[in-house]
Amino acid sequence: MAGKTVSNRIKSKDNIIDYILLVVFVLLIIITLYPFLNVLAISLNDPVDTMRDINFIIPREFTFYNYQYVFRENNLFSAFGMSVARTVIGTAAGVICTSMIAYVLSRRDFYFNKLFTVFFVVTMYVGGGMIPEYLLLTRTLKMSNSFLVYIIPGLIWVYNIILVRSFIDGLPLALQEAARIDGANDVYIWARIIVPLSKPVLATVALFVAVGQWNSFMDTYLYARNLPTLQYMLYEIMEQATTKIDSHSADLLQATRTVSPMSIRMAVTIVATVPILIVYPFLQKYFVGGMTIGAVKD
Amino acid sequence: MQAKAKKAKIQKQKFSWELMYRQRYLLLMSVPFVVWLFIFKYIPLWGWTMAFQEVKPATFSLSFFERTFVGFANFQKAFSDRIFAQTIINTIGTSILGIALGTISAIVFAVMLNEIRFMKFKKITQTISYLPHFVSWVVIASIAKMVCNDGGLLDRMTGRDLKLLSTNSVMIWVVICVINIWKEVGWDAIVYLSAMAGIDSGLYEAAKVDGANRLQRIWHITLPGIKPTIIVLLIMSIGSTLNVGMERQMLLSNAIVQDHTMVLSWFAYLRGIGNNNYGVGTAIGMFQSVVGITLLLIANKIASLFGESKLI
Repeated sequence: MAGKTVSNRIKSKDNIIDYILLVVFVLLIIITLYPFLNVLAISLNDPVDTMRDINFIIPREFTFYNYQYVFRENNLFSAFGMSVARTVIGTAAGVICTSMIAYVLSRRDFYFNKLFTVFFVVTMYVGGGMIPEYLLLTRTLKMSNSFLVYIIPGLIWVYNIILVRSFIDGLPLALQEAARIDGANDVYIWARIIVPLSKPVLATVALFVAVGQWNSFMDTYLYARNLPTLQYMLYEIMEQATTKIDSHSADLLQATRTVSPMSIRMAVTIVATVPILIVYPFLQKYFVGGMTIGAVKD
Repeated sequence: MQAKAKKAKIQKQKFSWELMYRQRYLLLMSVPFVVWLFIFKYIPLWGWTMAFQEVKPATFSLSFFERTFVGFANFQKAFSDRIFAQTIINTIGTSILGIALGTISAIVFAVMLNEIRFMKFKKITQTISYLPHFVSWVVIASIAKMVCNDGGLLDRMTGRDLKLLSTNSVMIWVVICVINIWKEVGWDAIVYLSAMAGIDSGLYEAAKVDGANRLQRIWHITLPGIKPTIIVLLIMSIGSTLNVGMERQMLLSNAIVQDHTMVLSWFAYLRGIGNNNYGVGTAIGMFQSVVGITLLLIANKIASLFGESKLI
C-alpha cells in the first residue's frame, strides 16, 4: 500500500511536468515564430498604416503593394535571379563533385586513397584565412565580379565529402563487385550504382549546399558587388537607413520615399526567407541523420 | 565492418604504371579536385608567408623573394594597434559567453524535448525550432533590427527605451549571444537528442522500478549519458574561441556599438583589405589560426588527463 501511494505521488508529479513542458514549448514556439509572422504581416500591410504601429501579426490594411514594388524594381528582380542561378548551379555542381570525390575516397584499393584523404581532411583544420584567400581570388585569379566566384571557390566542403563517404562505406560491396565482373568501369559504377543508392545522403548535401548558396552574403560583399544577390540587396537596404547610399540602391532609395523603407525591407526579408521555408521541412528526416555522423564520436 | 573487411582484403600495393592504368578512371575522378584543393586551400596557406613580409597593393605582384622581409613587424603592428586590446577582449568575451550560454541552452532544450511524450507535438516543435537556423544572417539581422532597434517591437511591447542594439557596453555581447541562441538552439540540440536516443532504455526502466522520479532520471541517467558528447563539442568549440564570425558581428552592429562588437576576423578585414595592408591582415589571421590550433590541442590534452574521451 505504502509503496503504491509513493509511486502514485511520483506519477502525478511527473504529469505536472508534462503540462509545464507543454506550456514552455508553446511559449518557445511563439518566441520563434512571432518575429517571422510580424515581418510577414508588415510586408502585407499598407506602408502608411504600418508607421502607426509595428506590433501586429494580422495585416490591418491588406495590400500586395510592397511585393509589387519589390518585383517591379529591376535591381531586386535581377538580384533574385542571381540568387536562384547561383543556388541551382552551385548545388548541382557541388553535389555531383562531392559524390564523385567521396566515391573515389571510399575505394580503399585506390593507390592514392590515403594520401588524398589526408590532403582533404587537413584543410578542415587549417586554412589560409580571409586575406590570402581574398588576394588569391581577386589579384591572382582575377575572379572579382565574375559569376564563377560564386561557384568555384566553394565547390566542395570536406565535411560533406566525409558525410557521403561514410554513407558509401555502408553500402553492400557485392553490387560494385558484380558490376565490375560484368565489365563496368569505375565511372559507370559511380554514376549507375553509387549515385542512385546514395540519394538520401545526397539530398542532405544538396540541402546544406543550397542553403549555403542561397544565404551567402560575404562572398558578394568581398568579391562581387556588381553581381548582387538578394541577401546583398537586403543588406544594402538595411544599411541605407543608417549610412551611405550605395550605387545599386541609390535609385531604390529615391523611390522608397514614396513607399516605406521598412515595408520594403520586410517584403525583401520574406522573399529571401520563403524558398528555404518551403524546402527544409521535407528534408528533415535526411539531415537529422546527417548531422550526427560528423559530431558524435563512435 | 565493411570498411574493415575491405582493408583486410587489400594488401599494400606497390606503385606501377600498370596499376595507374587500371585505376585511370579513379584518377580522372579525383585529380581535378586535388588540383582544385591545392589552388583554393593550400595556396592561401602559403599566403601566410605574407605575414612576415611587407605586402601592399603595389608590392603584391612582386615574387616571394623580391618582397621585403620584415620579421615579426606585422604582428607587432597588429598587437600595438589602438583597438587591438579591446578587439581581443570582445572576441574572447563574445566567444566564451556564446559557448557557455549556447551549450547550456541547447542541452536544456534537448532534455526538455526528450521528455515530451506526445510524439506529434515533439516533431512539430523540432521542425519549427530548426527554422531560424536555415535563415541567413542578413535576414536574421533584418528581423533583429525590427525587434530590438530603438522604437522596435520590444521597445513598444514593454513601453520602455531598452536600447538593446545601441548600448555601447558589454550588454551588446549578451544581446548578440541571445539572438544567436534564438537562431541556433534547435539545431544545436540535434546532436544531444541523438546522443540521448543512444542511451539504453533499460536504465530508465530500472530507475523507475527503484522509485526515481523524472528529474532524478534526467539527472542520473540522461545527463551522464550525453556527457561524452558534451565534452567532445566543448573541446571543438574551445578550439574556435578566437574565430568569431565577422558576418554576424558586422550585420548586427552599428557605429554606436562598434567598440564592443569588433572581433579579430573583422579587425583582420579592416586592416588587411580596408587599409590595404595585406601583411598585417594576414598576420592577424595567422595569429587567430595558430592560437586556435594550440587551444584545441590543450583542451584535448586536458580532457584526456581527466580520463575523458579524446577528440584527436
